[in-house]
Amino acid sequence: MGCFLTNSSLGRKLVMSISGCFLVLFLLFHMAMNVVAIINGEAYNMICGFLGANWYALVGTAVLALGVFVHFVYAFILTYQNRKARGNVRYAVTVTEKGVDWASKNMLVLGVIVILGLALHMTHFWSKMMLVELMGEHTNNMGLAPTDGAALIKYTFSQWYNVVLYLVWFAALWLHLNHGVWSMFQTVGWANDTWLPRLKCIAKLVSGLIFLGFAAVVVVFFVKSKCCCC
Amino acid sequence: MNFTLKIWRQRDAHSKGEFKEYKVSDISSDTSFLEMLDILNNDLVHKGEEPVAFDHDCREGICGMCSLHIDGHAHGPSQAVTTCQIYMRQFKDGATITIEPWRSAAFPVIRDLVVNRNAYDQILQAGGYVSVRTNSVPDGNAIPIPQADAEESMDAAACVGCGACAATCKNGSAMLFVAARVSSLAKLPQGRVEGARRAKAMVAKMDELGFGNCTNTGACQAECPKGISIAHIARLNREFLCAKLED
Repeated sequence: MGCFLTNSSLGRKLVMSISGCFLVLFLLFHMAMNVVAIINGEAYNMICGFLGANWYALVGTAVLALGVFVHFVYAFILTYQNRKARGNVRYAVTVTEKGVDWASKNMLVLGVIVILGLALHMTHFWSKMMLVELMGEHTNNMGLAPTDGAALIKYTFSQWYNVVLYLVWFAALWLHLNHGVWSMFQTVGWANDTWLPRLKCIAKLVSGLIFLGFAAVVVVFFVKSKCCCC
Repeated sequence: MNFTLKIWRQRDAHSKGEFKEYKVSDISSDTSFLEMLDILNNDLVHKGEEPVAFDHDCREGICGMCSLHIDGHAHGPSQAVTTCQIYMRQFKDGATITIEPWRSAAFPVIRDLVVNRNAYDQILQAGGYVSVRTNSVPDGNAIPIPQADAEESMDAAACVGCGACAATCKNGSAMLFVAARVSSLAKLPQGRVEGARRAKAMVAKMDELGFGNCTNTGACQAECPKGISIAHIARLNREFLCAKLED
């Protein structure tokens, strides 16, 4: 089984599909959690407290990090093999084939933007929340309690450049998932001529929902920071 | 009609190739693309130059021999036809047409526009067949097959093995070809018996020959001269993964 998941092209794709599916489920959960911050800051902080430096949250974080790592490493391995398979001499004239999404041909580029955005996000939030608790400290470098996620969101998205960076990140994620979500079903074989259009529609809905949920938090908190009546 | 042709010329597999420009004039709009190349070659021979080497055979769209990457498209600008089925009326008079061989590490250029597609034969030899006793012809109605299954099998069997899928794929993947072969046999009771062995053997050979990993872009389906659907790739994935899980 180990050989099959590393030595076979379909096995490697299966690893990408399962790790990708796991990350989509996490994103849906994270997005739902973030939307709570718009409705009620205290409720959001309760969730942050629940997901603090507890053993289950730590295990979850470790599994999540492994999922991202596997997906990322396999993406580079697959891209390297694919470039090798394509050969050294490229076509002089290329066109976009009918019905082929731009995102489907640029998944690695979009994935790299997603990873860079993740690094920025970890610096902005994880390092000031869970990491602070793990270090046994009671306040982060901003003087806030590590479970006060609502205050951290409020501060981060009051700055316009963070808003721009996060929206670019979410747009890349949206495009990545637009292709990735239906592709993971295709890879495990759960598709046919009837279901392919349906799966593409589901992918658009899921990626759109994730994008809108995340973007809403950023935009709402930015507008609130500029509007004194909010 | 008059055209400027930008054609890839390469002496052999080890030589460095380059584009060369040729002019063809007074071409009838009803001339097929391959006939136009025949006219060019005739002119070149008369001038004492080397004719352009290109693959062709039946010129009816069924043998899978013709190839050519024309103006960025495998088999030219028309949908669901092979190179031998396109006509010069589909191009603008006075146009410059760029003609390249298939570009894929698994399909090395032999000469000019001819590539070695032996890799597909090797994949077929690995398992793209049904093991049967060669006795007298069995009764056609001995094994009832649902119409839908027969149709789906025939759709997949329409693959002519031309190599356009791997040549178009940005990953150099041969998945559509392998999927069509696996699917056409997996949908029939005679082929079902060896389904697991076939999927594993053909995928293993495909990987061994250095074809890339499919990323589901769908470019192969868009450029396939027989309109083979990527739904067959889903079936190949299913067949292969189930076979591996049963090991």
